[in-house]
Amino acid sequence: MKSFTYERAASPAEAVAAAARVPDAKFIAGGTNLLDLMKLEIETPGHLIDVNGLGLDKIEPTNEGGLRIGALVRNTDLAADARVRRDYGVLSRALLAGASGQLRNKATTAGNLLQRTRCPYFYDTNMPCNKRQPGSGCAAIGGFSRQHAVLGASEACIAVHPSDMAVAMRALDATVETVKANGTTRSIAIADFHRLPGDTPDKETVLDAGELITAVTLPKPIGGTHIYRKVRDRASYAFALVSVAAIVQRDGTGNVALGGVAHKPWRMEAAEAQMPRGATAVAERLLADAKPTSDNAFKLPLVRRTLAGALAEAKG
Amino acid sequence: MKFNTPATTNPIDQLKVVGHPLDRIDGPLKTTGTAPYAYEHHEGVANAAYGHVLGAAIAKGRIASMDLSRAKAAPGVIAIVTAENAGRLDKGSKNTAKLLGGPDIEHYHQAVAVVVAESFEQARAAAQLIRVDYVKADGAFDLSDARKSATPPTDTQADSARGDFTAAFAAAPVTLDETYSTPDQAHAMMEPHATIAAWTGDKLTLWTSNQMIAWGVDDMAATLGIPKQNVRLVSPFIGGGFGGKLFLRADALMAALGARAARRPVKVALSRPMMFNNTTHRPATIQRIRIGATPDGKITAVGHESWSGDLPGGGPELAVQQTRLLYAGENRMTALRLAVLDLPEGNAMRAPGEAPGLMALEIAMDEMAEKLGMDPIAFRVANDTQVDPEHPDRPFSQRRLVECLQLGAERFGWSARAAQPGRVRDGDWLVGMGVAAAFRNNLVMKSGARVRLDNKGMLTVETDMTDIGTGSYTVIAQTAAEMMGLPLEKVRVRLGDSSFPVSAGSGGQWGGNSSTAGVYAACVKLREAVAQKLGFNSADAVFANGDVRLGNRSVPLTEAAGADGLSGEDTMEYGDLSEKYQQSTFGGHFVEVGVDVVTGEVRVRRMLAVCAAGRILNPKTARSQVIGAMTMGVGAALMEDLKIDKRLGFFVNHDLAGYEVPVHADIPHQDVIFLDETDPMSSPMKAKGVGELGICGVAAATANAIYNATGVRVRDYPVTLDKHLDRLPELS
Repeated sequence: MKSFTYERAASPAEAVAAAARVPDAKFIAGGTNLLDLMKLEIETPGHLIDVNGLGLDKIEPTNEGGLRIGALVRNTDLAADARVRRDYGVLSRALLAGASGQLRNKATTAGNLLQRTRCPYFYDTNMPCNKRQPGSGCAAIGGFSRQHAVLGASEACIAVHPSDMAVAMRALDATVETVKANGTTRSIAIADFHRLPGDTPDKETVLDAGELITAVTLPKPIGGTHIYRKVRDRASYAFALVSVAAIVQRDGTGNVALGGVAHKPWRMEAAEAQMPRGATAVAERLLADAKPTSDNAFKLPLVRRTLAGALAEAKG
Repeated sequence: MKFNTPATTNPIDQLKVVGHPLDRIDGPLKTTGTAPYAYEHHEGVANAAYGHVLGAAIAKGRIASMDLSRAKAAPGVIAIVTAENAGRLDKGSKNTAKLLGGPDIEHYHQAVAVVVAESFEQARAAAQLIRVDYVKADGAFDLSDARKSATPPTDTQADSARGDFTAAFAAAPVTLDETYSTPDQAHAMMEPHATIAAWTGDKLTLWTSNQMIAWGVDDMAATLGIPKQNVRLVSPFIGGGFGGKLFLRADALMAALGARAARRPVKVALSRPMMFNNTTHRPATIQRIRIGATPDGKITAVGHESWSGDLPGGGPELAVQQTRLLYAGENRMTALRLAVLDLPEGNAMRAPGEAPGLMALEIAMDEMAEKLGMDPIAFRVANDTQVDPEHPDRPFSQRRLVECLQLGAERFGWSARAAQPGRVRDGDWLVGMGVAAAFRNNLVMKSGARVRLDNKGMLTVETDMTDIGTGSYTVIAQTAAEMMGLPLEKVRVRLGDSSFPVSAGSGGQWGGNSSTAGVYAACVKLREAVAQKLGFNSADAVFANGDVRLGNRSVPLTEAAGADGLSGEDTMEYGDLSEKYQQSTFGGHFVEVGVDVVTGEVRVRRMLAVCAAGRILNPKTARSQVIGAMTMGVGAALMEDLKIDKRLGFFVNHDLAGYEVPVHADIPHQDVIFLDETDPMSSPMKAKGVGELGICGVAAATANAIYNATGVRVRDYPVTLDKHLDRLPELS
């Protein structure tokens, strides 16, 4: 771990100002991912800005009838919130499918969105990794790639985003609220928040340097049956091989997002248009451009089957 | 004391203390966090500096150059030791690769340097500043390729044969010829390899985490080229080993070298991501099994060949070991072949040989039973043998495999199993049951102890035996209490110190029986000393309730001990009973699984083990051993798999996020039954090992249950969903 300085910010404005002042600063909230990465010197911030005291830990109704989730709301609290459980069940289920009780107690909403890939080559600093060290190459391509992306990958990176929560938020059309050092705020649709790797897999989101997530907003509840199905090798505490977040309406229409398949939660409105025709048609459209490796080719039939199972479950 | 005739009645048979399900006596220390583990011996070691080990970044080749300048200049750095400045180092007799690499690199993450600094963080940060330039060499990393060049190993029995296997197999009306594979597996014990080293003059003390104290002393002395009297190992508490801590490893050597260079005590723990490639692992195997039988299910031919790999000078995984002994059959052959692989060092992991061997053999038996149209238990029962099938003049000392299987069938509800696979549904779950025989040899090892009785009636037992979570403290205390007629709380047990008499150590499930037999021998000496002091005939003296009694004369042990106390020391040694009689432990494993018909995910629903393993010294600690082993067997069946990057030559998933072991949610319900048994051939304790028996066969029983659920046979472990997904029923 590289030595770093540390400060506690008392307000979002103070936090972003501090980030603007120190070029290699990072925000720290739960630290469940960042501290591990710092120990391995994958992340080497020179300065940490502790944002736990910003007061962004409330879940409040919005004027539009949705919910505004503060950036620092812990995963445990978000999953347990009665409004989330009632109106956004897919989100509660996704959260509870992730990590462990202890980690969820620490992990925050914004931190979950910003967690980094679990690609083992990214974690091993002896290995080339374009995400960790741009231009060094990708050891995962041609290596052990069972967990890796089948959609939207590039010649530079085949890593997946590990979050469950983000997959549910993608299905829910959430919006990420941020503030920048100059005080401007913006709302970023979750669809646009994470990037595909392209030539710059080290750039994982559209956030600018020093930009702070203040909240995630959910639109007005859309009803329907909410399902989150996470497939994994053990019953708990494992990253998804694939996951399906589905919100299915009585008329058979709905929203579907996939986890464990790409550098970001994967959702295609064109595929959802196929929902009345059934799971096979949806999966076909979702996976039309899939490029699996020999290690992860199973993810394609697994997505098809898991989606079919989820839609069947929704029908009841 | 020499054990060379079968045990007769002795004080242990009173079973006043032995045989009871007592809480472990070290439990309160552990549950209150006050049992000092290797990295926590702060009391005797003031001013320790911290060592951080740097591992090699390549699998094979050599170091062209090392630049230590930035690391040396980093804050807090006291010393850096590499092969270049470490002085002459030899290799311990039980190490295959050197513990400190350079200039030659033998495997990925082989230690190449230890950085010693004032703080842990400083040492770790400075280690990252070492620049190493390597020249890579080509290596062999793929067992299926290297298999072609495999040769018979020289330091173990490579081949065995009886009758004419080839002819009998060719002539058999019903045959099976299948190939199975088991992956490399990691011990993944909770406590990492860790050591504090301190030098006093030319004497070295190591507070470490090691299963075999005397082996550690020998190999540390050999590696450093110092007399072994100058090495002391202290390892009172061990947070799991599973064979990964049988040997001297890099943590101990690097701490010793670091402490010598820094001129102060140094503590070193391997980081979790280092452990998988730096230390040892269970080697992968490819196993071909051929079975021929008559239509009524008598095996006429059985052949088992196993291929595994290791670094040059290493050994094979003894995966055919059980096939030499488990089932009858006139015509038989086994063969072990060893390939050179440049992966990290392969070595013992819980039940080496039998654990992976039964993973294959017991699927083969299930497949053969199906071909014969027989129930898998009936098929196994039909081929039971009461003698070593390769040497029919050698009977088993005890063999109650059939009883284990039949009792287990009854308790598990085996009769409800659908013989036809893929027929039982519970919602989205395909449900199946599987069985496998459990088998693990019982090894007896020379073991010594010293006991001392003081005038307060406290008995202190000292032996370099270790407790790796198994319950050694407790069964040793029970043994001494029984022998001396004392309550358990009057016995103090001190373990894991090389200044104590050399014991069997913990490995190969020999520890419980062998170490208590050593304590038995020492107690016999003490009883003689007590009797002699009182002028009693020791054979007739009765030790009970804190007194020693002869006829109507009774003397408190406190009085017998006197102000100076009395002591006894001895070592139990073994004659040829284990050659005349085959000593093994047996069991039956039963598993019910559900397979999600949608995703192919496998979840265990319930498990049962029935074990016949001689006298169970403490049913509570023994049960803990078995349920832990069953859990590990589920890991082997469903998830544990060190994934090799065959281009770069290392285990990729080298942390506990990537190398999955079962979590609580994977293990819903387990039962264990011990048959009431004593084995007079094993020792005066009449006990045998149980800690490894518990894993032997579990993975195959699970794989057989999956087949029974799905009708899809998977022969490559672990049975992950991707291996059967495409053959599961189509979804409507």
